[in-house]
Amino acid sequence: MKEMSRIVKTVTNFVYGFIIIFGFYIIVHGHLTPGGGFQGGAVVGSAFALLLVSYGSLNSKKFLKKDIFSLFENSGLTLFIVLGFLGLGITFFYNFLANSGGWFGDAAVIGINPGDMNTGGVIPLMNIAVGLEVLSAFGVILLTMASGAEFTKKKENS
Amino acid sequence: MKKIIFGIAFIIFFSFLIVSAVNMRTFGEPTFSEMDDYFIENAQGETGANNVVTSIVFDYRGFDTLGEATVLFTAVVGIVALFRGVKK
Amino acid sequence: MIGNLPYVAVAMFIGLGIYTLMFKKNLIKIAIGVVLIENGVNLFLITLGYRKGAIAPIYTQAPSGQAMVLPTPQALTLTSIVIGIATTALILSIAMMIYKHYGTLDTDQVRRLRG
Repeated sequence: MKEMSRIVKTVTNFVYGFIIIFGFYIIVHGHLTPGGGFQGGAVVGSAFALLLVSYGSLNSKKFLKKDIFSLFENSGLTLFIVLGFLGLGITFFYNFLANSGGWFGDAAVIGINPGDMNTGGVIPLMNIAVGLEVLSAFGVILLTMASGAEFTKKKENS
Repeated sequence: MKKIIFGIAFIIFFSFLIVSAVNMRTFGEPTFSEMDDYFIENAQGETGANNVVTSIVFDYRGFDTLGEATVLFTAVVGIVALFRGVKK
Repeated sequence: MIGNLPYVAVAMFIGLGIYTLMFKKNLIKIAIGVVLIENGVNLFLITLGYRKGAIAPIYTQAPSGQAMVLPTPQALTLTSIVIGIATTALILSIAMMIYKHYGTLDTDQVRRLRG
């Protein structure tokens, strides 16, 4: 697909960094505010769609590579499965870090409170793994379909 | 001729949907809520997270989330396999 | 009847989606019909778990002394939305490969399986 005009490219250069940071904020604070892994991953994926549309599919292959996205997606799903196996002493997917004083292990104050980031157990780590998987799945789907659209175009005068 | 039969079947089916939507129980009063009352009471004490929906998705029902992540991964593998013959 | 307006909206979504699936011939319009049915079912799942005058089930800086909405249908709807993304991506990719092979997107002419 063709690239767009100079005004669109300038506004994209300003805005895409803020969208990526906002998406990571939604992913990491998933145990305190509404959000989590899937929602934040979709927001970061829409930043990649903005870059692809405004720069054209030929120019955006210089800074969005399919191999790096595929590597991130595999490592995200593997990290999620490993976190499930780590609590196997009691049951599969057991929250072994909650209320234990370790890494994310403070006990939350019962009732209405301003949130404390250190709580939650294994839930923030699962949020980061699933968010990584969803944002790279968006990247792989968009890049594969964009290069496939060049392939399936009918010839103009046949 | 085929269009008339399709049209009549669609009108009958659509009237079923509208009649059952109007006669459902009143909006805003759920009937069974014992499991959700237990989740709202004890989610902060057992998991330590403030967000009840996230603790259901990742702690009380984590196995469904594993199945969903696998479905998303399989869809991406299917799309990459479909566009294998594209040369640059 | 005016109190049950969310359920009537769900019935309109599903009815319009089935009309598009039955009466249209272009493959892209059929894909839009499938997406309409999925969104109608997601809306139905969320509106089943509402309590009158209640707030969202989050404890961070919530106003005090109010009941909370049921959280379980919201967790099921999250899974359903992600599966909708996977289905839509696959049906659009298959439509692109059919256009490359046959030269048209009309379902009356995409009839035989050619090798």
